[in-house]
Amino acid sequence: MENGLEIARAAAEAAARQSYGKLVAWLAARTRDVAGAEDALADAFAAALERWPQTGVPEKPEAWLLAVARRRRVDAVRRRLTGEASRDHLRLIAEEMEARMTDDDLPDERLRLMFACAHPAIEASVRAPLILQTILGFDAATIASAFLVSPATMGQRLVRAKARIRDTGIPFRVPERTELGERLDAVLEAIYATFAEGWSDPAGTETRRRNLATEGIWLGRLMASLMPHEPEALGLLALMLFAEARRAARRSAEGDFVPLKEQDCRLWDRALIDEAEALLSCAATKAVIGRYQLEAAVQSAHAARRLTGRTDWPAIRELYDALLSIAGSPVVAINRAVAIAEADGAAAGLAALYVLGDDKRLDNYQPYWAARAGLLARLGTTTQAAEAYDRAIGLERDPAVRRFLQGKRKDLDES
Amino acid sequence: MRYMLLIYVNEAAMAAAPTDKTYEISAAYGAYTEALKTSGAWLAGDRLKPTQAATSVRMANGKTNVLDGPYADTKEQLAGFYMIEAEDADAAIAWAARCPAASAGTVELRPIWEQTM
Repeated sequence: MENGLEIARAAAEAAARQSYGKLVAWLAARTRDVAGAEDALADAFAAALERWPQTGVPEKPEAWLLAVARRRRVDAVRRRLTGEASRDHLRLIAEEMEARMTDDDLPDERLRLMFACAHPAIEASVRAPLILQTILGFDAATIASAFLVSPATMGQRLVRAKARIRDTGIPFRVPERTELGERLDAVLEAIYATFAEGWSDPAGTETRRRNLATEGIWLGRLMASLMPHEPEALGLLALMLFAEARRAARRSAEGDFVPLKEQDCRLWDRALIDEAEALLSCAATKAVIGRYQLEAAVQSAHAARRLTGRTDWPAIRELYDALLSIAGSPVVAINRAVAIAEADGAAAGLAALYVLGDDKRLDNYQPYWAARAGLLARLGTTTQAAEAYDRAIGLERDPAVRRFLQGKRKDLDES
Repeated sequence: MRYMLLIYVNEAAMAAAPTDKTYEISAAYGAYTEALKTSGAWLAGDRLKPTQAATSVRMANGKTNVLDGPYADTKEQLAGFYMIEAEDADAAIAWAARCPAASAGTVELRPIWEQTM
């Protein structure tokens, strides 16, 4: 019964988000006034999140939201609180809706809105938050917690970014073929950032975070459905689904961290893996390789262990070689070093890791120190391994991973 | 900018923790402190004795009032602090999130009121 309620709530929320995002996008694309569009619909969206789980999703969700928004506006006029902008927004959308009558006909402008939010003129760190707020209706405080920023700061950034869209005249359009590549990357990156923030709480103890992984996938699905011929959009969705499929296996029953190598693959979600494989094959038919397809291919190679019982490290290493050549980053380089260690031995892996040693960005980057510690430990250089583990432990924020690293550190003393 | 990280944890729960757990926690703090120092963010930091050892002093109408115990009775108690140098609030929040207290209690982050001459 409890479960049934949960399902009803999830369905209602999904429908409310769909409709809310579509209405905001439709309005903003016409007026360029994102904040005004949100203001006009905020109350109605809140009412929908409250009512729909009980009453079920109305037959025409967008018409329902609009009707409530207009009624609230009348109330607000009586209290002399409403702004001209908000009124114009509602009039605009009402005319459009009445002319068309059905929800299905309201053109889906969310893609254009996402491209505006991830425009190069918008600061990179605020793109993902902006998409979460405008497309999904998340409030600033929720977004702030997920991205480890104070709510006041996040609120200001969002307000500034919306003002910038309006004042600098950022266009609401899907870029032309010639400039699509880079611009699409920015949108996909924002979606992946959303997922990754949620992924860092694998135990799902913080509901906000877990939701963020779900929302990242939701946005990924939206993107894949709106741009079904873009291989990278499909690749990103596949990547997220592969990762999500392993969620249940990432923690033991006691809540301890289980590294990928030691995960019980019977706990992986087969349906999600199959869906990811299908997406990846479909992307491959377009014959344009990219970062997300390669990363998804790495995940696919890991997922193959459920069938073959082993991991093909040389293949993974080759995929990372390719990744490094098209999208080199310290993160990719670290993963590549780990793959080299598995394929060619710890000494070779460590050599690949040491090449990165000069990169200042890695000083406070936990995965670098954890990888280094693991390889040093395998080579028997315990003192250096212990130092590297200490660095990694001091930089980790997930208590389960911290415990895992402390356990490894302890094993060193005992060996 | 300088920031104070005020660490609030449940003293009673900490005192009741088994020895190996206590060892694990203090090792985590040790590693965290080391990471702060290595990155150059560390300015100061110490652990405080439990609130049983606290004394609160107040002066009113020329009379000094000395009371046993902490200023405020709270579910979680002030147990220690770090003072760090961070470029901005985001960098300070990132350090606060890594503090072992963030997953066991609460880390309150307060910018230092810098005196400008």
